[in-house]
Amino acid sequence: MEKITRRKFISVSLGGAAAGAFVLSGKAQGAGNFTGYPEGMGVLVDLTRCIGCRTCEAACNREQGLPEPALPFDDTSVFDQEFHGGQKRRTDENAFTVVNRYDQAEGGPVYRKIQCNHCNEPACLTSCFVNAYTKTKEGAVIYNSKVCVGCRMCMTACPFRIPAYAYSSATNPVIRKCIFCYDTRLKYGKPPACIDACPQGVLTFGHRKNLVKIAHERIRANSDLYVDYVYGEDEVGGTAWMYLSGVPFEEVDFDVTMQKKPILNNAQDFLSQVPMVLAIWPALFLGFHRLSTRGEEDGDENSNLSNREESQS
Amino acid sequence: MKPFKILAFIVLVLAASLPLSGQARNLELPDTVMLDQLVHLYEGAEFDHEYHTEIVDDCTGCHHHSVGIPTTNGKCAKCHSSEDVLDNVACVDCHAVEPFSADYLSKKEADKDAYHQDIPGLKAAYHLNCLNCHIEAGGPEGCEDCHERTELGNAFYRSGSYAPKGDKPGSAH
Ligand code: SF4
Ligand code: SF4
Ligand code: SF4
Repeated sequence: MEKITRRKFISVSLGGAAAGAFVLSGKAQGAGNFTGYPEGMGVLVDLTRCIGCRTCEAACNREQGLPEPALPFDDTSVFDQEFHGGQKRRTDENAFTVVNRYDQAEGGPVYRKIQCNHCNEPACLTSCFVNAYTKTKEGAVIYNSKVCVGCRMCMTACPFRIPAYAYSSATNPVIRKCIFCYDTRLKYGKPPACIDACPQGVLTFGHRKNLVKIAHERIRANSDLYVDYVYGEDEVGGTAWMYLSGVPFEEVDFDVTMQKKPILNNAQDFLSQVPMVLAIWPALFLGFHRLSTRGEEDGDENSNLSNREESQS
Repeated sequence: MKPFKILAFIVLVLAASLPLSGQARNLELPDTVMLDQLVHLYEGAEFDHEYHTEIVDDCTGCHHHSVGIPTTNGKCAKCHSSEDVLDNVACVDCHAVEPFSADYLSKKEADKDAYHQDIPGLKAAYHLNCLNCHIEAGGPEGCEDCHERTELGNAFYRSGSYAPKGDKPGSAH
């Protein structure tokens, strides 16, 4: 009899799981009328100030204990890299933030830093069946890798394509992404490492509600410098990290068609039409959970493991 | 002390040592100012103040309204037209070394009367003012044109002797 591997199980299950992607945990349901924590912190990213020095990338690498990069952080040749038909660099499990360069017909290039936007109503959180994600009162969206079963729902759900999957670790598959430096800084009231490190004041850290005012005031006082829009103020229900730009946002790869409602609302509409999914989800979830925890339960007794799998299938 | 703290401290010290421009007041101006309050990843920058007073006509570009010369910026002039030399002429008097510390943020929040809510920190103020002007005026733009990188800096950027040894083509993305 064929052994069911973890990967196989997941790929088989994903058909059903995709339909159930927005099954709500108790916590997520509670977030239905949630408009973000009033005291939540945020970051205003001003693209007009960024010089593409990549100091923020280096700072993140150090703060988060990420592996050695392929190229030094002062190597600007990374800006010329292209992936999958012209795409620029993206965040991954080894780089929670990356900066990309956008050459302009006139004037100098525009640089854009990418990382998790720490949504007020995070789709990653609502899509997660095992409640691995938490939106902290400080505004950070963090996750518990001990709980993560590696189903990758959050990767699919995130409108900004942020969570990455640590394929490198087969025994403990986990989603990895920017955590707003929650563990080491944010929860102690300190600004994230990338923000401390930036020489250009690109990243302004503060209470989100104040940053919204500062953003609009910056636009008002320098109307010739900025596009009159604060990206992230309303997108998908608002994000903790917001952006000002001197060039139209779509020109630097922001999705300007992003809905203003939280993604969660879609899930609720969707769910009302597919009660079946709710019914079968617990079974699917149990499958994930068994697979994810079997290593711990079974230790290294591989013969037992395969016996059990056979008897299961 | 944490590296960034040290850096911040250096910038601070550096800022504190910035002289006021005495062009209009015949004050004694320093020839050079060592900007080294934030030294950590980079050595301090030796700022040639004398040279800059020669090539720049308007002290207010750096000193805003604080050195006895009314600002030429119409927006600022609405409030800051005084010809008094202020007590606060050093960058660090207004640009905080740690602009995002909980302490600083809560002080700012408590001061409801403060008009300026969006003041760059010291490090940002230096770089935004100096570098932007250098870019406009064709001055030096490279990091190390102004301050040499330290060994700590090389380690931080994984550069120089700390450069990745692996022969992985392309970087992670
Ligand atoms: S940007 Fe994506 S990963 Fe980050 S909080 Fe929002 S949905 Fe989650
Ligand atoms: S907030 Fe922290 S984890 Fe997120 S990109 Fe910045 S340094 Fe990295
Ligand atoms: S450290 Fe600041 S200026 Fe440098 S690339 Fe990052 S955001 Fe841009």
